[in-house]
Amino acid sequence: MTAPAPSVVPVPAPRPKALFEYLQRLGDDRLILGHRLSEWCGHGPILEEDIALANVALDLLGQATIFLRMAGEVEGQGRDEDALAYFREAVEFRNCQLVELPKGDFAFTIARQFLFDVYDVVLLDALTKSTNAELAAIAAKSLKEARYHVRHSGEWMLKLGDGTEESHRRVQTALDTLWRFTGELFAADQIDAELAASGVAPDLAALKPQWESLVRDVLDRATLTTPNDVPRLPNAKGGRSGAHTEHLGHLLAEMQIVARSHPGATW
Amino acid sequence: MASTVTNQQAAASPGSAATVTSAVVGAQAESLGGDNQWPLWEVFTQSEQGAPHEHAGSLHAVDAEQALQNARDVYARRGGVISLWVIPSGAITASAPGESGPFFDPGADKAYRHPQFYKVPRGVRGV
Repeated sequence: MTAPAPSVVPVPAPRPKALFEYLQRLGDDRLILGHRLSEWCGHGPILEEDIALANVALDLLGQATIFLRMAGEVEGQGRDEDALAYFREAVEFRNCQLVELPKGDFAFTIARQFLFDVYDVVLLDALTKSTNAELAAIAAKSLKEARYHVRHSGEWMLKLGDGTEESHRRVQTALDTLWRFTGELFAADQIDAELAASGVAPDLAALKPQWESLVRDVLDRATLTTPNDVPRLPNAKGGRSGAHTEHLGHLLAEMQIVARSHPGATW
Repeated sequence: MASTVTNQQAAASPGSAATVTSAVVGAQAESLGGDNQWPLWEVFTQSEQGAPHEHAGSLHAVDAEQALQNARDVYARRGGVISLWVIPSGAITASAPGESGPFFDPGADKAYRHPQFYKVPRGVRGV
């Protein structure tokens, strides 16, 4: 990762609009993945794992709350985290497509979680060095949670991959399906470039080798085959610019229905 | 990333970790009368430095690492815990209910076994 170069000229802060975009990306990844995980609540394979997945979901929801609250403040239009979570349309969401895919079977959920958790640890670790002090503080707090998440999903990858013939087959199939969605995690656009230039966010492309080596290490030990990268078109649209799979709309319909049916309701 | 248990199992056996795991699970299931639950573990939590680890409850897990993670999620998620122990329930030797008479009754009627039985003379310090 490239640390902001020490210079005598103060680095210009990014435009609020760019920072707003970036904070939505951070918040939406966690909001949507947290929601997907919450779908396991009451359906986990065993009671203990049910609780474990709900715990991770709550961690992610908590992080989403903080990132989206900050996003609302940066935007300055009076929107709080609830307004952003419940009253934006699918095209306004900035999460990557990886997190919005349906939860699938347990192997799919774990494989997706593992790929994201490693990304999360690498990204948050880099964000603790952000020139934006508030962002750095949020990252430091979230990093502790992310380190546990990856311990949990990583251990499951080993058990499923190096488990029975069926568990191996299922988790390998999940990996093969998910892999092409990982390219988006490291595809930097103008917003990322602007944030990286001011030292607010890390250079995404530089995080990839770190992510890949951590992922490969576990997949190798789990006797799983790391799929080949799918080349990304230079102008490929993705979740970061509001291009989502069909699945996000269905998820939002369920997630937003109560807030939209009873605006301003409290309990 | 903690995976020591799985790796140790893999190293200790010609079979895969899963073979070992399912053998353990199978043996346990048999001892539970055909119940296909994973092995049972007892969880002990410590609330502060120097305090004893106290029994918090039990849970199911296939190995020690998973038992520790499950214990963290089930018994430590609302805070107040600084250390966790997990112990296979089968490793505990318990007194038998039928022996409770010979085991525990003799202590019940001998007040002189308790320090409160003895009066401390006035002027004695450091007691």
